[in-house]
Amino acid sequence: MSILTNPQLWAGTLSLATPLALPAIGGTFSERTGVVNIAMEGIMLIGAFFAVSFSYWTGSPWLGLLAAMAAGALIAWIFAWAAIRLASNQVVLGMAVNIFGAGITAFLLNTIFGYNGTPPSTASLPTITIPAIKSIPVLGWFFYQQNVLVYLMLVLVMASHWLLFHTRLGLRMRAVGENPLAADTLGLNVWRLRYTGVIIGGVLSAIGGAYLSIGILNSFDVNMTDGRGYIALAAMIFGKWTPFGSLGAALLFGFASSLSTALQGNAIPTDLIAMLPYALTVLALAGVIGKSVAPAADGIPYKLDR
Amino acid sequence: MTPGVRSVVRGLGLPILASLFAIVIGAIVVAAIGFNPITVYGSLLSGAFGNLFSIGATLSGAVPLILIGLGIAIAFKAGVFNIGAEGQYWVGAIASVWVSYHFTGLPGWLHIILALVAGMLAGAVWGGVIPGLAKAYVGAHEVITTMMMSYIGILLAQYMIEEPNAPMRQPGYIPESPMIPNNVQLPFLPMKAFVQSQLSIGIFIALIAAVVVWLLLQKTTFGFQIRTVGYNQRAAKYAGVHVAWYTILALGMSGLFAGLAGGVQMLGVAHQLNDSFASQYGYTAIVVALLARNNPFGCIIAGIFFAALSTGGQTMQQFSGVPASLTDVLTGLVVFFVAAEQLIPEIRAWFRRNKDRRRIAGVQEGGKTA
Repeated sequence: MSILTNPQLWAGTLSLATPLALPAIGGTFSERTGVVNIAMEGIMLIGAFFAVSFSYWTGSPWLGLLAAMAAGALIAWIFAWAAIRLASNQVVLGMAVNIFGAGITAFLLNTIFGYNGTPPSTASLPTITIPAIKSIPVLGWFFYQQNVLVYLMLVLVMASHWLLFHTRLGLRMRAVGENPLAADTLGLNVWRLRYTGVIIGGVLSAIGGAYLSIGILNSFDVNMTDGRGYIALAAMIFGKWTPFGSLGAALLFGFASSLSTALQGNAIPTDLIAMLPYALTVLALAGVIGKSVAPAADGIPYKLDR
Repeated sequence: MTPGVRSVVRGLGLPILASLFAIVIGAIVVAAIGFNPITVYGSLLSGAFGNLFSIGATLSGAVPLILIGLGIAIAFKAGVFNIGAEGQYWVGAIASVWVSYHFTGLPGWLHIILALVAGMLAGAVWGGVIPGLAKAYVGAHEVITTMMMSYIGILLAQYMIEEPNAPMRQPGYIPESPMIPNNVQLPFLPMKAFVQSQLSIGIFIALIAAVVVWLLLQKTTFGFQIRTVGYNQRAAKYAGVHVAWYTILALGMSGLFAGLAGGVQMLGVAHQLNDSFASQYGYTAIVVALLARNNPFGCIIAGIFFAALSTGGQTMQQFSGVPASLTDVLTGLVVFFVAAEQLIPEIRAWFRRNKDRRRIAGVQEGGKTA
């Protein structure tokens, strides 16, 4: 049990949950407005790449983060256009964005930076330890030397909850995801609300990607997201399409991954421990969390009468 | 044109147009970074089909793509998305390799069949039984369950050989399983270029599988029921089709073909499990099924197309200096344009509106001068 009092286990949990929670909430925004979004993986990769590039070119990791957000918004906008305006199959579109994202980032990495990877002098975002929190027993373990984006993630979780459930815009977004015809009849602009949801989602996913490249590291690697966008998809469903639920699920995954790192070198083979987060998800989906119901109009394009 | 011919033309038209769009955008990207698109695509093409060796390599790479693609197409036909074929492929590979180096003394052909059947069953259990049951009875979304099972399957394959005392590891420093005995390997096609490029008779297994899947989907009650479930679940239910059962079966068949692909690849090309578990076949095969629009014969063409992109991409990188990842960019664009099938009607409608507007403007102007 000494493993559970190891501060690194808990710091690792929060750190590993961050790049899952951000895209999971991003997906939540998109799907709450009725657009199925499995494109988080590709958008994260694009965010991660642009964050490093612009951090290197401008010397400022904050401008890198902004560039990542802009790139995420742009890709999400194209995705939204095809999903909403062209009424395309959203799952297939998401696959396209993921393959394209993996391809274009590898391609740009090699054409811009050559085959030796991104420059080692790239600046990364700062790590913060807040003295007041550090001395609190358990909470201090969680927040020991976390990147500034971890704190931003927690703020964004609360802001997203407030936006979705306590503002007029949030109510309208959810209405469009549940019953677009009724929303349209009441004079809401279904398409514009859906664009808003998808683009907010793209920005959040891209911040998740930036956390990987200029948060915990200062470099970009081909396919560095390593399936996190898909795990985030699971976290979103697991969290029943809510920001706090997504964070909870992300923390659970973070804990399982952090635990598998902490258990390395024990008698149990690493590969078996690494199965933990995935096995947990299957078990959770098979009934532990109860039925997770998607927004009613999720994935159904809405055609305007013109 | 008869309606049949027209539907075939329409079925072929979209994938071809999507590929053309992608190739044109790819050419613009290549030109923008200062290369000649014609040389780049030329090296891609000659790398994929330039001589017997490269043709062999392309066809060899197409075998797993065709087989897995067929399985994913079956699932799509039933309205379910098997996104976890990669893991089903590896679980099939584990089972086939295990059976291959156990049980000495069987006749080669029987041993091959047993090994492949083991792979198929393993894939079917991994892809069908577990996610299928979860989908049918607790409503767990198959995109999540097949994907999670896929990660577990890949880790299982790693576990089998990676650590010193791993269950299938052969003694020594290299993480690999024992070799599959010669008489259990699938023979290569009898030409020097094909032996060098490791083109085994697995290609015929893939072709036969496509015919079998076509017969199954189009000519049997089973296929009809699967298509009914995929087309309209509620109608299928009222027509008396056991929807849950057919969902499980479709996912199971899907996993079965992914497992078969793993077996064929092990017996035909790799000849053992070794420490490289990033095949990506399971993901590319999704795109194969999409581009083929779930047509079994389309899967053959699409499988060869993506295998050609992959083998040609390597040559392209060597000879023209353009990174091989360009082929992934192209793949992403192809899928995008396949999904955005409304794009062309939209563009046509936009032109028509513009033309109408011009004509109306013209008429008005004409009216003024007259």
